[in-house]
Amino acid sequence: MLKISQLHKSYPIGDSSLHVLKGIDLNVEEGEMVAIMGSSGSGKSTLLNIIGMLDEADSGEYILDGLPIKNLTEKKAAVYRNKFLGFIFQSFNLINYKNALENVALPLYYQGMKRKERQEKALFHLEKVGLAPWAKHLPKELSGGQNQRVAIARALAANPKLLLADEPTGALDTQTSHEIMDFIQQLNDEGKTILMVTHEEDIANMCKRIVRLRDGVIMEDKKIKQVRAAQYV
Amino acid sequence: MFDLDLWREIFQSINKNRTRSLLSGFTVSFAILLFTILFGIANGLQNTFTEAFGTDANNSIVIYSGRTTKAHVGLQAGRRIQFKNEDYDFILDEFGNKVQYITSRVNRNVTAAFKSEKNSYQMRAIHPEFMFIENNVIREGRYINQNDLNNKTKVAVIGKVVNDELFLKETAIGKYINLNGISFKVVGVFTDDEGDNEERIIYVPLTTAQFLYGNNDFIDYMHLTYNPKMNSDQALAFGNSITRKLKERFKVARSDQRAIRIHNKAQGTKQVDMMTFGLTVIILVIGFGTLIAGVVGISNIMIFIVKERTKEIGIRKALGATPKSIISIILIESILITAVAGYIGLLIGVGVLEWATPSLEQYFIKDPGVSNRLVIGATLVLIIAGAIAGYVPAKKASKIKPIVALRND
Repeated sequence: MLKISQLHKSYPIGDSSLHVLKGIDLNVEEGEMVAIMGSSGSGKSTLLNIIGMLDEADSGEYILDGLPIKNLTEKKAAVYRNKFLGFIFQSFNLINYKNALENVALPLYYQGMKRKERQEKALFHLEKVGLAPWAKHLPKELSGGQNQRVAIARALAANPKLLLADEPTGALDTQTSHEIMDFIQQLNDEGKTILMVTHEEDIANMCKRIVRLRDGVIMEDKKIKQVRAAQYV
Repeated sequence: MFDLDLWREIFQSINKNRTRSLLSGFTVSFAILLFTILFGIANGLQNTFTEAFGTDANNSIVIYSGRTTKAHVGLQAGRRIQFKNEDYDFILDEFGNKVQYITSRVNRNVTAAFKSEKNSYQMRAIHPEFMFIENNVIREGRYINQNDLNNKTKVAVIGKVVNDELFLKETAIGKYINLNGISFKVVGVFTDDEGDNEERIIYVPLTTAQFLYGNNDFIDYMHLTYNPKMNSDQALAFGNSITRKLKERFKVARSDQRAIRIHNKAQGTKQVDMMTFGLTVIILVIGFGTLIAGVVGISNIMIFIVKERTKEIGIRKALGATPKSIISIILIESILITAVAGYIGLLIGVGVLEWATPSLEQYFIKDPGVSNRLVIGATLVLIIAGAIAGYVPAKKASKIKPIVALRND
């Protein structure tokens, strides 16, 4: 599914440069649920951004579903992101003047789907996250947990191969975090591949595999026994 | 290719950010409003100038004769110069290709009577071409024609005022009018939009007047229009050469200012031309200035908008928006705001001009207004201006890296 080898990335800081990723090797199979952990500055977000094609590596190989991701034009990157990837962010990143339904429909708009079909599909996904009755509400009229569920519905709308979550529970209280994790686990049960950046141990333990980063290298990569979030809900 | 969804996106964005859109629109509206009003006022001033010169042909030259003031080639000072028909022929022979219309004139004050009505008017004896020089409009009947001149017929063409004063409720055409004791048949009534004074005139054929009032071929003065293709400098030179030739012909000293005089409208035309040119330049400078200010204003606001929407654009890109789609959104939004706001400014400006027209007349501003052509032109310019104003911000927006945009919160 996802194959990364010898990935390097550095950022220029004044005259010198900061070496953030120092040769990352990572393979993720279909249906996996991986937590990427590490303290701030360990390079976990950079790694996720490169996987999300929001950023480009300096060297190394990145193959997504058999497709080498290298030297993409902006347009091509946009198309790939739309087709292969779904994003879930810590701060939800919904468009504040669009209602829940329109937010979920946005990736479908960029796929060139017809308006009617788009809305049906968006509504279907909203229903799936249990927010169909809130379809016409703006983000500011929804709670944090509801907003994150709208964001998840949006990430799912384009039916991506890989779901990337950047601290998906970072802005939520424990109760809501568990609800969201329960939901993400259900998605994984249905077969979605999920990659998640987090620094919370209990959230990481709800995945099936933990990759620990420190100073730009992988310290530890182990499969774990998944803790089900449902028991806390 | 009409993309309904794209427009929906744009309208949603404008609608959800009404204050912002209104503010940016206001700049443009105001710029166009100012431009329209300035342009209209300048047009009004120009109209005033044009009107001040009336509808008389503004390419006319009048040639007068007088007494000599200097002795020349053995001839005394104080000699009276009298034009005759042969001088009219001389001008035509010498300058035929530069003359558009020419007429000789004899003026008399006459007492005109019809039935019991009586009044005094100016009588002008003329050639038929005078109609074009004076821009008379025939309301009924006909003008003096060549046949009248050949046969020295006793016919008269009277002004509207003469008609109203003497004929009261009768039709003048075909009636006989008594001019200083001689009956003339009225063959036409004319109007002149320069007003009453120009309509208190009676025209008769030149030859008839010469025959009846002295049986000679004397001419009081000559009135001609020069070829309108000549510019004012050429026309001035033409006028000078007429004077010179006539002075030679009548053996008048070159430096004699009284014996042969001409009044050349080109003198005034040249001044008006320069004034108009100056005015046009000023209008253009001010107009472009305001327009540029408006464009810079909207460009500024669009840059601000892009900055404000950085995060949104980042989200869109993360969701698969191509750079092109980002550019379209910003660019079309800019064009739309500029065009609509500009058009509103234009309408308000035209409205203000319409409303203010009556009270402006006393300030020498007559019929201020903008032409349809200008309105269409301005609309096109607005669309182009909107595109220019939106281009830089749109380009900037398309270069936003989603990762940077999503980080800054």
